[in-house]
Amino acid sequence: MRVQLELYASLMRYLPPEADRHRVRVEIPVGTTPHDLLDRYRVPREQAHLVLRNGVFLHAQERDGAVLQDGDVVAVWPPVAGG
Amino acid sequence: MAWTRKILRVDLTNGTCTAEALNMAWANEYLGQRGLATKYLSEEIDPKCDPLGPDNKLIMATGPLTGTMASTGGRYSVITKSPLTGLVACSNSGGFIGAEMKNAGWDMIIFEGKSPEPVYLYVENDGAELRSAADIWGKTVWQADEILHKKHQDPQLRIACVGRSAEAGCLYAAVVNDLHRAAGRSGVGTVMASKNLKAVAVRGTLGVGNIADPKGFMDAVNAGKQVLADNAVTGQGLATYGTQVLMNVINGMAAMPTFNMKEVQFAGAEKISGEAMHEPRPSDGKPNLTTNAGCFGCTIACGRISTVDRGHFSVQNKPEYWGNSGGLEYEAAWALGSDTGIDDLDALTYVNFLCNEDGMDPISFGSTVAAAMELFQAGAITQEHTGGIDLAFGGAAALVKLAELTAKGEGFGRDIGLGSKRLCEKYGMPDLSMTVKGQEFPAYDPRAIQGMGLAYATSNRGACHLRGYTVASEVLGIPVKTDPLVTEGKAGLVKAFQDATAAVDSAGLCVFTTFAWSMENIAPQVDAACEGDWSVDRMLEVGERIWNLERDFNMRAGMTADQDTLPKRLLKEAANVGPAKGRVNDLDKMLPEYYALRGWSADGQITPETRARFGI
Repeated sequence: MRVQLELYASLMRYLPPEADRHRVRVEIPVGTTPHDLLDRYRVPREQAHLVLRNGVFLHAQERDGAVLQDGDVVAVWPPVAGG
Repeated sequence: MAWTRKILRVDLTNGTCTAEALNMAWANEYLGQRGLATKYLSEEIDPKCDPLGPDNKLIMATGPLTGTMASTGGRYSVITKSPLTGLVACSNSGGFIGAEMKNAGWDMIIFEGKSPEPVYLYVENDGAELRSAADIWGKTVWQADEILHKKHQDPQLRIACVGRSAEAGCLYAAVVNDLHRAAGRSGVGTVMASKNLKAVAVRGTLGVGNIADPKGFMDAVNAGKQVLADNAVTGQGLATYGTQVLMNVINGMAAMPTFNMKEVQFAGAEKISGEAMHEPRPSDGKPNLTTNAGCFGCTIACGRISTVDRGHFSVQNKPEYWGNSGGLEYEAAWALGSDTGIDDLDALTYVNFLCNEDGMDPISFGSTVAAAMELFQAGAITQEHTGGIDLAFGGAAALVKLAELTAKGEGFGRDIGLGSKRLCEKYGMPDLSMTVKGQEFPAYDPRAIQGMGLAYATSNRGACHLRGYTVASEVLGIPVKTDPLVTEGKAGLVKAFQDATAAVDSAGLCVFTTFAWSMENIAPQVDAACEGDWSVDRMLEVGERIWNLERDFNMRAGMTADQDTLPKRLLKEAANVGPAKGRVNDLDKMLPEYYALRGWSADGQITPETRARFGI
């Protein structure tokens, strides 16, 4: 099963060398959660402020329970704002 | 200093400058800047007047915290009746001139009438006089700024100026200060030029004083600065990536208005994002972003200073554009880029330079170009109209050419200078205009962020993100995360943001502080600086009073409640991808509750009870 992890802003430093700008395609076992994925790339959970799965925000409590599906895109930002 | 208690009235028709006392009864009800100047405007002009006629007035106003040591206390606003919307206009800017006005001893400057010849206002502390602008009329903002600095031999002189677009009647011309900060929206620069007023040059050396409780003020200000420094957004994020960090966020959740708001996601977003501005260019190894920059007294410093690649087609053989200048903010990058389908970062940066140099609101300019591109696609506009320019979506060369033409008011640039609403009406397809009350949208699709639809529809200056930025809650989780796709609770959220923002603006602070500050952090600073007790509740009451006053002005100007709406596209055509796929904006589910929370009638009128409550 493959998913796509995208890291932005200051979290880009946690991307592996093979990443394409912001994203890396990842093979994951069944049952992997967003937090499992972040841990795999050593992204500090406390810095993962904005986590979108397929564009939909995941609350902190959902990041341990929302099991990823094949083709999911998980995009993560630290605290950011603009306007 | 809190209020200087002094305003400067400039009669352009007769060429006089007169000092008068600030109306403190009004200051106690409307605080300063946006609120207080709107009160003056509302009392002094007929809201039905021609915005470009001599009966309109233009006010440059500071807040009580402008020029103080409060973080971001450098803001000022330009308040007038807008030629773009026919409603109240209040455009807020940072930089340094607001603080300079305050240091010269003025809370606000009111311009009235119309000068028979082009003039600029020169202010040095108590001294103020109108001088001939014959040598700077017809010049760009940047040229005029250089001429005035040389003429006065004072590098500390702070200058606000209009460009050639304003002189040519572009309806969304800005007042640009300190070269690349702008009171950008609603055509306040057009009004200034209509009065034959080219620039305001200010030097203030009177310093800071008149703080009601100096020690209490220092304590409150220091506490506030600590909160900003400790917050990940205001302490680090905004300085590093600027507002442009939102490009990938908003695109990632498919709330990115694209191709004149036909679509909600832009394939080229990554190429024009805040992160992309940090990437080394292949040609010279340098990134687009040179450094960040801060306005007066700011401890956030979100500003962008950028360069264009010297080899890029837009600046070839134009060495005057090879240096550093004000770079892309998110709203400009979106309007010039995503909405037009252009992912050329250098082209967008160059056009942003032109918007600064000749004083055009890049949101309205970009959105109007996007509308023109859709009109071109539909066949309503042809190359005969454009003078041979191919206006297909995605054309960077066309965008560059239109910016150059609109800046000078030449060729098809005159049509682009009309704004989206008038352009689409002129070419027979008014439904293609993505505007509310005549003003172009900012960078958040209200099909994917429902609360923003209500904020746009009810904004007192037409479509605007800075009147009620519910994106903070609906997208960014500030102060708490709400679901962007639901409508429940959004009426209250929009009202809360609108009222709080009106108070923040009127204090003379930057709204970006509110990514870290609540009113609990702001009220103590105002309370220590100003006479009287300024509690959180009083600040919010003042904000709500201001909102009602602006609404009242607009109604007296002829606005009707049926203008509290959105373009048909956003109410009828569903989003095509992303979490909001299949959704439109459900404005009708939010608007009645909003009216009720406001204390307005079901048909959007301010009730006698609400008028009595706020003294309107």
